Amino acid sequence: MPRIAALAEALLTPHGADRYLELIHPMLVRREIRGVVTSVRRQTADTVTFTVRPSRAWRGFTAGQYVRITVDIDGVRRTRCYSPASSQHRRDELEFTVKADPSGLVSRHLHERITEGAVLGLSEPDGAFTLPRPRPGRLVLISGGSGITPVLSMLRTLADEGHRGEIVFLHYANTADDVLYRDELADLARRLPGLRVVLGYTHQDSGGDLHGFCTAEHLDAVAPDRAGTLTYLCGPPGLLTAVRALTEHRGTSERLRTEDFAPPSLELDTTNATGTVRFAHSGREIANSGRPLLEQAEEAGLSPEHGCRMGICFSCTTVKARGCVRNALSGELSHDDDEEIQLCISVPVGDVEINA
Amino acid sequence: MTGLQDRLTPEQVEEFGREMDAIRQRIVADLGAEDVQYIQNVIKAQRALEVAGRGLLFAGFFPPAWIAGVGALSLSKILDNMEIGHNVMHGQYDWTRDPALSSRRFEWDTVAPAENWRHSHNYIHHTYTNILDKDRDIGYGVLRMDPDQRWHPYYLGNPVYAALLAVFFQWGVMLHDLEFDRIVKGERSWASTKEVRARMVRKAARQVGKDYALFPLLTGPLAPLTLLGNATANLTRNLWAFAIIFCGHFPADVESFTEEETENETRGQWYLRQILGSANITGGPLFHILTGNLSHQIEHHLFPDIPARRYPQIAGEVRAICAKYGLPYHTGPLHRQLFSVARKIVKLALPWNGRPSERESATLGGGERAAAA
Repeated sequence: MPRIAALAEALLTPHGADRYLELIHPMLVRREIRGVVTSVRRQTADTVTFTVRPSRAWRGFTAGQYVRITVDIDGVRRTRCYSPASSQHRRDELEFTVKADPSGLVSRHLHERITEGAVLGLSEPDGAFTLPRPRPGRLVLISGGSGITPVLSMLRTLADEGHRGEIVFLHYANTADDVLYRDELADLARRLPGLRVVLGYTHQDSGGDLHGFCTAEHLDAVAPDRAGTLTYLCGPPGLLTAVRALTEHRGTSERLRTEDFAPPSLELDTTNATGTVRFAHSGREIANSGRPLLEQAEEAGLSPEHGCRMGICFSCTTVKARGCVRNALSGELSHDDDEEIQLCISVPVGDVEINA
Repeated sequence: MTGLQDRLTPEQVEEFGREMDAIRQRIVADLGAEDVQYIQNVIKAQRALEVAGRGLLFAGFFPPAWIAGVGALSLSKILDNMEIGHNVMHGQYDWTRDPALSSRRFEWDTVAPAENWRHSHNYIHHTYTNILDKDRDIGYGVLRMDPDQRWHPYYLGNPVYAALLAVFFQWGVMLHDLEFDRIVKGERSWASTKEVRARMVRKAARQVGKDYALFPLLTGPLAPLTLLGNATANLTRNLWAFAIIFCGHFPADVESFTEEETENETRGQWYLRQILGSANITGGPLFHILTGNLSHQIEHHLFPDIPARRYPQIAGEVRAICAKYGLPYHTGPLHRQLFSVARKIVKLALPWNGRPSERESATLGGGERAAAA
């Protein structure tokens, strides 16, 4: 087979076999990863849950990791990061739950438009928000809203492994109507003898187990600090800040793992910045402030497409026509003309011209 | 003919530039799914023609199959190079963020490596359009295409070199990026072309490998027929591309410029130069597609990164604006433009058809000039 594939590539140079196979069916691609939507359901008013069967290049993921999903909106490819909610042991099907952000382009598109049979672009999985091996004996999984997906993936993975350790699954939702995966959680509680599911409602004071935003009392009640407990946390910024502060207070920060898509620390030097940044398409110019190009573009009155603002999603990838930029994450310099760069993590070194 | 700078007042030039910018902005704001659908359809047609052409050559012992196969493969290569490759590599579809339509990643079905070509074409040719000694597309470094190029006995062979360039055009385009003429003049060192050469060798090996080794061998006893078929398809594409490209900048009434008159150019002046330095070819919709819409060379040079299918839509407007400012809008049918180019190639082979004082319009006449109105 590899020989036939190599021959096919040599015959189909320069475009490669995928560019022909996709014309027969988009899921036939061999190198690119894609996924076909196999089912769509709406658990709550503002979310959509869909399952995806990945193409043959998919090599699996680890529970807690995220995948870049690409969709075509008005002819433009848009990419965002989403964590699968399914078990990592289900290789043939991934499940995602996306909350429609009223000002979001991709999440709204998925919420309103996604249908069975749609083909999405997928990436290799990424991220270090994962469980250790051997599996920890005591776990606390805390989530808020659609932040449930990576921790639910962990829970489902542990269930598939016949895990017998203690797990507290603390999930916050606005109201009882907003709880995602209610039935699945009840079902998991039956399969996992050590699992305790706790539901907190932030905007409802009846029903459920806890009420209001996360407090020290909440944590003390459901997850008292015990040596060796690992806590995994994913949710909106308010929840992250609160839990972080509480664990710091307890002195257990080193046993807290978070997935917050928060900006990493960029190495910026704003005092020695020189040169001019020119945005060729709009004709705008701005003195280099030493900040990432995305911020400088916004300062110049432009609104480039972007996503994560931290170098993950590649939404802001733009061609740098001329000049040198430094990747503020890796420190790597890019000197070549007409090179694609990520605006959110690229800092100009002297004069640069950007095709924006 | 008047010089570049004294055709319009500086205010008029800038006003003219603003009108061009307005067209551009309107089109850019309107780009969307339709443009993507269009290029995807062209790509589908090209891939289907390619597969059909290769397939038919497996029955090449049957002459109609061979002829149809070569026809399909020729069309495939023409579409791949002109409407798809040239335009995608201009960044016309970069806004789609589709990696398969990315100017940085696209590679075309010809021996010239995309990366080398992008630099010499997108940057050098499109920035310095028709500026003698700057735009290396003037004569491709081997021909005398401008009366301002000093005559040398070497140029007696002008028509022969042009014919050879037409026949081996894909190789000419590839070697063009080596800037051999500059190496001879000592302006560029042989060592500095190492990467460019490495890309050429890699790409050429792949192209030659599939067209002249793998596909012929796969057809077994038909190998010589298949090889001949593939060579014919490459030749057809070469002649076609040469004809279209030379008609874009070299018909008699198209102007060329000096470095001095284009110094410190404004955007309006740059637009003006693109119009004076380019020529369109008239024809039907299919003809336009097969030229990669380079039959709208003027619109392409004004807006090289706008999807080419938009050029016919704005041509009328561009022409009307030219008429308003009294600017020429060079256009004509293929046969007339080709004849004009051929005559120029022959005339400029001779020493007395040079430039002592007047620009070439004086000698070659404005008879073929299509007035803008």
